[in-house]
Amino acid sequence: MSTAHAHPDHDDHAQSYYVPAQSHWPIVAASGLFLLMFGMGNMMNNPDGAAKWLTLAGLLVIIWMFFGWFSAVARESMEGLYDEQMDRSFRWGMGWFIFSEVMFFAAFFGTLFYVRQFAVPWLAGEGSNAMTNELLWPGFMAEWPLMTTPDTDKFPGPEQIINPWHLPLINTVLLVASSVTLTWAHHALQKDKRAAVKGWLALTLVLGVCFLIIQAEEYIEAYTELGLTLASGIYGGTFFILTGFHGLHVTMGSIILLVMLIRIMKGHFDAKHHFGFEAAAWYWHFVDVVWLGLFLFVYVF
Amino acid sequence: MPVGVTEISQSVYSLHMIIFWICVVIAVIVFGVMFWSIFHHRKSKGVKPASFHESTTVEIIWTVIPLLILVGMAVPATATLRQMYDTSDAEVDIQITGYQWKWRYQYLNEEIDFFSNLTTPKEQIENQAEKTDTYLLEVDNPLVLPVGKKVRFLLTSNDVIHSWWIPDFAVKKDAIPGFINEAWTKIDKPGTYRGQCAELCGKDHGFMPIVVVAMNDDDYAAWVAQQQTAKQAKAASAEKEWTLAELMTKGEQVYNTACAACHQANGMGIPGAFPALKGSPMATQDKAGHINIVLNGKAGTAMAAYGSQFDAVDLAAVITYERNAWGNDTGEIVTPQDIKQIQGQ
Amino acid sequence: MMNDMTQPELMHGHHGPARGITRWIYTTNHKDIGTLYLWFSFAMFLIGGCMALVIRSELFQPGLQLVQPEFFNQMTTMHGLIMVFGAVMPAFVGLANWMIPLMVGAPDMALPRMNNLSFWILPFAFAMLLSTLLMEGGGPNFGWTFYAPLSTTYAPPSVTFFIFSVHMMGISSIMGAINVIATILNMRAPGMTMMKMPLFVWTWLITAFLLIAVMPVLAGVITMMLMDIHFGTSFFDAGGGGDPVLFQHLFWFFGHPEVYIMILPAFGIISHIVPTFSRKRLFGYASMVYATASIALLSFVVWAHHMFTVGLPLAGELFFMYSTMLIAVPTGVKVFNWISTMFRGAISFETPMLFAIGFIVLFTIGGFSGLMLAISPADFQYHDTYFVVAHFHYVLVPGAVFSIIAGAYYWLPKWTGHMYDERLGQWHFWLSMVGVNLTFFPMHFIGLAGMPRRIPDYALQFADFNMIASIGGFLFGFSQLLFLYIVIKCVKGGQKAEDKPWEGAEGLEWQVASPAPYHTFAQPPRID
Ligand code: HEA
Ligand code: HEA
Ligand code: CUA
Ligand SMILES: [Cu+2]
Repeated sequence: MSTAHAHPDHDDHAQSYYVPAQSHWPIVAASGLFLLMFGMGNMMNNPDGAAKWLTLAGLLVIIWMFFGWFSAVARESMEGLYDEQMDRSFRWGMGWFIFSEVMFFAAFFGTLFYVRQFAVPWLAGEGSNAMTNELLWPGFMAEWPLMTTPDTDKFPGPEQIINPWHLPLINTVLLVASSVTLTWAHHALQKDKRAAVKGWLALTLVLGVCFLIIQAEEYIEAYTELGLTLASGIYGGTFFILTGFHGLHVTMGSIILLVMLIRIMKGHFDAKHHFGFEAAAWYWHFVDVVWLGLFLFVYVF
Repeated sequence: MPVGVTEISQSVYSLHMIIFWICVVIAVIVFGVMFWSIFHHRKSKGVKPASFHESTTVEIIWTVIPLLILVGMAVPATATLRQMYDTSDAEVDIQITGYQWKWRYQYLNEEIDFFSNLTTPKEQIENQAEKTDTYLLEVDNPLVLPVGKKVRFLLTSNDVIHSWWIPDFAVKKDAIPGFINEAWTKIDKPGTYRGQCAELCGKDHGFMPIVVVAMNDDDYAAWVAQQQTAKQAKAASAEKEWTLAELMTKGEQVYNTACAACHQANGMGIPGAFPALKGSPMATQDKAGHINIVLNGKAGTAMAAYGSQFDAVDLAAVITYERNAWGNDTGEIVTPQDIKQIQGQ
Repeated sequence: MMNDMTQPELMHGHHGPARGITRWIYTTNHKDIGTLYLWFSFAMFLIGGCMALVIRSELFQPGLQLVQPEFFNQMTTMHGLIMVFGAVMPAFVGLANWMIPLMVGAPDMALPRMNNLSFWILPFAFAMLLSTLLMEGGGPNFGWTFYAPLSTTYAPPSVTFFIFSVHMMGISSIMGAINVIATILNMRAPGMTMMKMPLFVWTWLITAFLLIAVMPVLAGVITMMLMDIHFGTSFFDAGGGGDPVLFQHLFWFFGHPEVYIMILPAFGIISHIVPTFSRKRLFGYASMVYATASIALLSFVVWAHHMFTVGLPLAGELFFMYSTMLIAVPTGVKVFNWISTMFRGAISFETPMLFAIGFIVLFTIGGFSGLMLAISPADFQYHDTYFVVAHFHYVLVPGAVFSIIAGAYYWLPKWTGHMYDERLGQWHFWLSMVGVNLTFFPMHFIGLAGMPRRIPDYALQFADFNMIASIGGFLFGFSQLLFLYIVIKCVKGGQKAEDKPWEGAEGLEWQVASPAPYHTFAQPPRID
């Protein structure tokens, strides 16, 4: 229990802390989120309706909000309103946000492991499930990737799967390389070599965009040539949910990096104070690590 | 909790009582100390508060003692659980399938196969008639089991998750679509045992009871034989010529057990949830579509594929009924032969 | 002198609250946001409570009287969802907002604008959730645990909106939790080491960690539902190689820690109130911290105790039984510590203390029934009966809700600057105490007698106890209107509260004025 006593005297430990004044951005964010979610719900339930405009409006509001809110933060930061403590708050905030993202992906990885280790073998009669196979799915056999589903009428399995050593391998190289170039950009920033920062950052961005293009290519191939779709049983489901959300994160990461590039060009950040940049880098590295997990467990093994 | 009529249910019961009394004893001690403090260490009595606030020794003591108590509980619990999980060497195998909202029992060795529906009349549920003692716990075809034999249940479901529960046997196992769960029982005493579906399975989750009639060996054998004869009689009836009136009478029965839960007895359905049949284009015009949806169901909805649930007579009757009841009056007959022909394709 | 430094004039260009409605909509002030959270959660408590009363009215007698089964299921589902996500969680976040900065000597939460956003997402999310009741096909009717495939293939169309509203609640909770963690780790006044932090702060730190760890998993699983419903995947469909039980694993990996999210802050509150009114330091501060942490860690490995009947392999069944039983040990430590704190204290019985004592007794009873549920073979009989309903209402209503009420009485003087009406408070306690037991104690018996949960109508042998429970439910519910009256009365006026209205209270929050000024601790205090 704290037996604390407060001394009001202003000794050297006392510091002041920046508490932002009122802001309208949060309510804009909340309304935008609501429009987006409500719009998407209507769109999914009734694809022909006018709800796409609602969704679009929500999206625009959110983009406007991000722009406005982060401009305000950047401005405050440039005005020197943030002290070290504020900086630490941002760091903790970003760190725990990334942890929440880790847990989000953990749900999907957990799903992947569960179906591979348990569900599919059980359907094929393993463990105490001999009768499951005998009575419900006679003839079904466990394999991974799962090419023949238990109920092939409802979920025709994929005809082929993606060869890990082609596009995915290239993508792995691209992403790992982008992490390296981003680190170099960071080192350059710490040494205040701004031209180099711009170069490395731009290169990182290019690598990221290439990754996305290849990923899109791969999806097209999956749908048009391999018969690998969302509906092709559990393999397709896990494949697309993992790579899909990862791809979404790369997209977000690229946008963030683009913003960083623009800010660098505008002369923001200095050698010591550039948490915005660091946060973007943390995020990018996190996305990169997720990819390594994907490459191993979705594509290779 | 019932003591029940199986060895397992009795061990579960004693386990329950042991833990319960342990908890009561701990509660008496803990609350005893607390109320003693409340009475004797009241401020209004002018006591001075003590100042101790830590003691590693007592902390260790009250970590270790509960731990030991828990170990003491875990030992018998583990033994009982192991026994429950041993489904080997069963003499009777029964596949139990949950449907929204009824049970299907298939005796795998004897090839007996039937559905079990709630029989409590609507008037009782809607408080227009006196409720009987077995209110909501009565069915048309109970599951019949032999006494003293190990019976294995193979549980699965046709739609959502249900759970098959008879308190007197201490058997409760979920029926999961696409998987088979195993459970077993060995009943000591003949009698009628009642239970209910124990997993939320939609609208009529509260209205899918389970009734088991346990018989001694001779009665059970007689019952099996009787089922076999009934099956043959049914097969024969599919061959005969049916009139509209006969089909309507039969169809109404089938409709009320299988269809009325959703489409309602008056054929009006529930707007937004279950479509009306009265005056619907399908039930008045599109005969082929009508037969198809009854036989094969509609994926992604509560409309099940009844082709596998009923024989041709029942299917023909219910479709005929739907096409002629509530003023649909198409005058058309769908015969068992029609159904067989379509199913044969 | 303390008061001087917290006067607005000394703030750096900050003023008191803005006027009008924008004060609340644009605010970045932790006290305003705390207030918003608290009122919001109270409103949700009333709405969820009214749904409970619909349930209890229908169950007053056997037979269908008031509502149809379809609507009954929607009431059960919405009641559970609203109470959990709308009433209890936001109430604790509200208390965290108000008290954590005061307790650690911080001027505000670490990320004040995000704090505002965390709150304002909620009214939108719940508006969307409630609007599903009016949609074609009705609202969610698959229980607050929304097991697939009832909630996917067989769900009403409004499930899409249900999913999105849960997404919004998740975003709000995660942001709220990040804020709490950042505040606690970074904003403590100089000298306040971790092991000097008040227990409410400690328990919230751990709760926030749980939130960040499990809310994303919930988001993941509802996203998979959405995919199964709209995009043809087969995560929860054996036909494609998935498994409906996978849904349950994912849900309970979230769900079990979730129930501790609803009780750990309660432990914190009780650990403040009991010492205050016993006029004696909390017994075993350090072990309280360790116990909380152990409960939190254990909570990640017990989830399948909700799934004993789904047909887990024997080894899994045993593992989850043992790990669940273990939780009784650290929880016991807490109970014993509270009682040792009272032992040889000088106890007085103001309303917060009454609710705290009520909490200790009734929560322990709920814990005992939890322990019984943990015994897997016995759970085959208890599972999905009213015995479970009795268990979790004992830990949630006289547990979580009592602790929130106790906290409200305890801190009302600090918030409003007035003392609440003690006589009415005592009435509120006794009515609640009688009501709660009348409602939920009989449910143990109905459950053991074999009544399944989530049914709108029941066999005749359950009739008597159901009637008692329904009467109790109305008594408890209407007693809460008295609470509303007491709070409003206290906000409006009443006897002036001192800075430290409770003789035995300790902590920084009692060193600022009552009511707490709009801005506090612009200069951090020093803690020895
Ligand atoms: C605040 C919420 C909360 C809390 C704190 C708890 C606490 C516990 N719960 Fe509970 N639980 C719920 C909320 C909560 N629960 C909910 C909402 C459900 C139902 C969800 C649904 O299906 O809708 C549920 C369901 C539930 C089940 C599933 C039942 C079923 O569906 O079949 C189980 C099974 O193990 C369980 C166990 C426990 C245990 C062992 C504890 C332990 O933490 C309790 C520990 C406390 C004590 C034991 C008392 C104090 C200890 C002592 C005095 C020490 C000495 C004691 C001994 C050695 C015995 N709970
Ligand atoms: C913190 C959570 C919490 C709280 C506080 C409560 C509070 C109450 N709950 Fe429950 N409950 C759950 C969480 C909670 N519940 C959950 C998770 C479930 C499971 C859902 C599921 O199965 O999916 C459940 C399920 C549940 C059931 C089982 C339903 C079923 O299985 O079909 C029942 C039945 O009696 C019930 C009753 C009550 C009652 C009477 C209260 C009372 O304590 C409520 C008292 C409060 C009030 C009544 C509000 C006061 C308002 C008024 C008096 C109205 C006047 C106001 C105005 C006019 C403005 N609850
Ligand atoms: Cu079937 Cu509940
Ligand atoms: Cu649990």
